[in-house]
Amino acid sequence: MYLVLFLIFGGLCVAGALNLLLQHHPINSALSLIVVMTSLAVLYLLLGAEFLAAAQVIVYSGAIMVLFTFVIMLLNAGVEERTHGSKAAYIVGFPGAAALLGILVYIFLKQKDHLGGAKLGGYLVTTHDLSSVLFRDLLLPFEVTSVLILVAILGAVALARKEH
Amino acid sequence: MIPIAYYLILSAILFSIGVAAFLIKRNIISIFMSIELMLNAVNLTFVAFAHRWHQVNGQIFVFFVMVVAAAEAAVGLAIIIALFRTRGTLNVDQVDLMKL
Repeated sequence: MYLVLFLIFGGLCVAGALNLLLQHHPINSALSLIVVMTSLAVLYLLLGAEFLAAAQVIVYSGAIMVLFTFVIMLLNAGVEERTHGSKAAYIVGFPGAAALLGILVYIFLKQKDHLGGAKLGGYLVTTHDLSSVLFRDLLLPFEVTSVLILVAILGAVALARKEH
Repeated sequence: MIPIAYYLILSAILFSIGVAAFLIKRNIISIFMSIELMLNAVNLTFVAFAHRWHQVNGQIFVFFVMVVAAAEAAVGLAIIIALFRTRGTLNVDQVDLMKL
């Protein structure tokens, strides 16, 4: 059962990511990225991270991707043009990414027995556990992040404003 | 019960696709989306290791990555809008000068 769920949503993730890579229109890439992020939320649930699964749907597939699709539609982004610069990227891009994948998969398969396994319900982090660590031990980083968000909002407004 | 290594391999696949998309895409918004894909792949690694070692801190890290990614997306898209206003293009090959 666990393996079936993992295979379904892991397969959806990979399919969405490949679709992002192969599509030429940014809006198609954005929609396939939403598929990837939502299936990742299910994988987080399988790993016992219930709060993160909810936050993934709300923050990533909700807020961030809505912002992306909004900007794509606002700028009326069309189909990508192929230019000379992308040839070098083809030569370096695919072999480089394949080499990275090969090395990582080799290491993970070699260390497979040391890494152990995941069971359904084997380890569950409730929102209560997460918040007690976040608001007791890590209160200062949390507050600093809120300042970061404030600065980011001000920066975004200042950058996107029309100059007079 | 499935090995944690499978999650890590899935994460490696997603990260590699993100790297390839980052290098191959020519549209600046698509490049930005492949960065988000790489961030998501790394988040999956954090959650998998949090499960393996029974540590909450791994998930806290993912929470902070999400917050910073949201801030980054807001600022990055504002920069893209400002870029489009001044250059009138989203193709990165045509944006290769620091000044107009």
